[in-house]
Amino acid sequence: MTVAVALAYLLAAVFFIFGLIQLSSPKTARRGNQIAAVGMVIALLATIPLLHFTTGGVVITIIGILIGVPIGAVGARRVKMTAIPQMVALFNGVGGGAASVVAVSELLLQGSHPPFAIAFPSVFSIVIGSVSFAGSLVAFAKLQALMTGSPITYPGQQLVNGVLALAIVALAVYLIAVSSTAVIFVPLLILGLVLGVAFVLPIGGADMPVVISMLNAFTGLAVAASGFVLGNFALIVAGTLVGASGTLLTKLMSDAMGRSLGNVLFGAFGSVKAGPAGVTGAEGKSVRSGTPEDIATLLAYSRKVIIVPGYGLAVAQGQHAVKELADELEKRGVEVEYAIHPVAGRMPGHMNVLLAEANVPYDQLKEMDQINDEFKSADVALVVGANDVVNPAARSSPGSPIYGMPILNADEAKNIVFMKRSMRPGFAGIDNELLYDPKTVMLFGDAKDSLMKLVAAVKAA
Amino acid sequence: MNENLLNEFTVFVLAIFIGFEVISKVPTILHTPLMSGTNAIHGIILVGAILIAATARDPLQIALGLVAVILATINVVGGFVVTDRMLEMFKGRPTGKPAEKTSPEKTPPEKTAG
Repeated sequence: MTVAVALAYLLAAVFFIFGLIQLSSPKTARRGNQIAAVGMVIALLATIPLLHFTTGGVVITIIGILIGVPIGAVGARRVKMTAIPQMVALFNGVGGGAASVVAVSELLLQGSHPPFAIAFPSVFSIVIGSVSFAGSLVAFAKLQALMTGSPITYPGQQLVNGVLALAIVALAVYLIAVSSTAVIFVPLLILGLVLGVAFVLPIGGADMPVVISMLNAFTGLAVAASGFVLGNFALIVAGTLVGASGTLLTKLMSDAMGRSLGNVLFGAFGSVKAGPAGVTGAEGKSVRSGTPEDIATLLAYSRKVIIVPGYGLAVAQGQHAVKELADELEKRGVEVEYAIHPVAGRMPGHMNVLLAEANVPYDQLKEMDQINDEFKSADVALVVGANDVVNPAARSSPGSPIYGMPILNADEAKNIVFMKRSMRPGFAGIDNELLYDPKTVMLFGDAKDSLMKLVAAVKAA
Repeated sequence: MNENLLNEFTVFVLAIFIGFEVISKVPTILHTPLMSGTNAIHGIILVGAILIAATARDPLQIALGLVAVILATINVVGGFVVTDRMLEMFKGRPTGKPAEKTSPEKTPPEKTAG
């Protein structure tokens, strides 16, 4: 590596780090992302002098870029706000796949006895990259509703996954210690893909944010490992930054759910109570359902309304409608605030991004700790498409899979209005006793439609 | 352990600490853009993909190189663009100024019409 290239890589690394620092504040976040993108361009340009290129190689590189750019750009431009989590999963998966392929290709060049310093990171990159690739695709499929969001479990699942992991370790040891041939590392790649699928299947849709974050960290580490294989500092620095930050973010997210990462990954969350919970719902506990007019009157004559948004709001694209309702209420002198649970929606910050799109003022968005004491003084908690984040079972029933997760104290409000499409339990698959509370009124239907009806009714009230 | 590997390992360990330090200050509301932004940064694997693709000498290497470049390019381009889209919505908010209602899609046709 020449001095100039090394310095350019250093500059790129500085841009990445500075970009991440700028991402820490809403004011500078966008610039931070652009700075990181500039760092990427620098790293790519700096790589050119390193290439001992062949004609065929240059042609396929250009073809590959020409294919990849429109797919990435169009995918990212066209995706709806609701679908962003699965899009991030997809972009993460392809990165993991690329890291895996790079390691395979390099290992092929090395002959059957590569030095440990090459063999070990190659194996790491192949396995972790393919786990991330396959796992991200399953996460994508779950969030895109291409398959069920509920955990998929079967007897002996942990054993099967354990055997898979052991087989991978055995093959990896053989490859490093004895012989590195395609006969060994192709099965390794395939087992990595199978493990990625098997690993994400038993994890419920509600936990997908944590999984995507972890797979993001995995891809980062796979990229760093590929950096060791190729002896490339840009890959090592950038990959490691992502590996470290992704790991920390994963921990922050499982903390927000009041659970350990181990419990999220291996608890087969949601499958425990899904069956009996459905039965309880049908057991004749009565639910009070109201008309938009009743609820509009309740809202219009309140002093303070706290809106609790959830994934249902994102699905219905109701962010502008909810803003309109809040504006109408404020015109009538009602105090309106939004209570944002850290894991509402499908990713942390999902609700903030969604409401920001509708120009909801920044200072009306309250985090859980800021607002939980205010529910007592609120006349109405208006729950729009959220469920698990206000489920009192998290506080009161030690047997519940979500026991211990911090929740919003919507049940302390004088009235609770639930806007839901049906009585179906939330993504975690657990029944919510708050729905049967005498203080609760249900408004069934698509969140956006219901909100529009409420806006019209409030105007008339 | 040769000197080059030692250097790489040193950089690796220091980068872990920087990664932790930088991220620990990010507020919850930026977690989604942050995840997406770091996701774009690991698209640096495109450098690795180009290194193997551009120097490919046989059909197998060419095929692997092509796949790696396509996947990595999607990661880089998609990652940065989708993050930018998310962050575009944060503009002007902390100062409390309501952002302009005009959507970027609508502006150009009006100009051409006028």
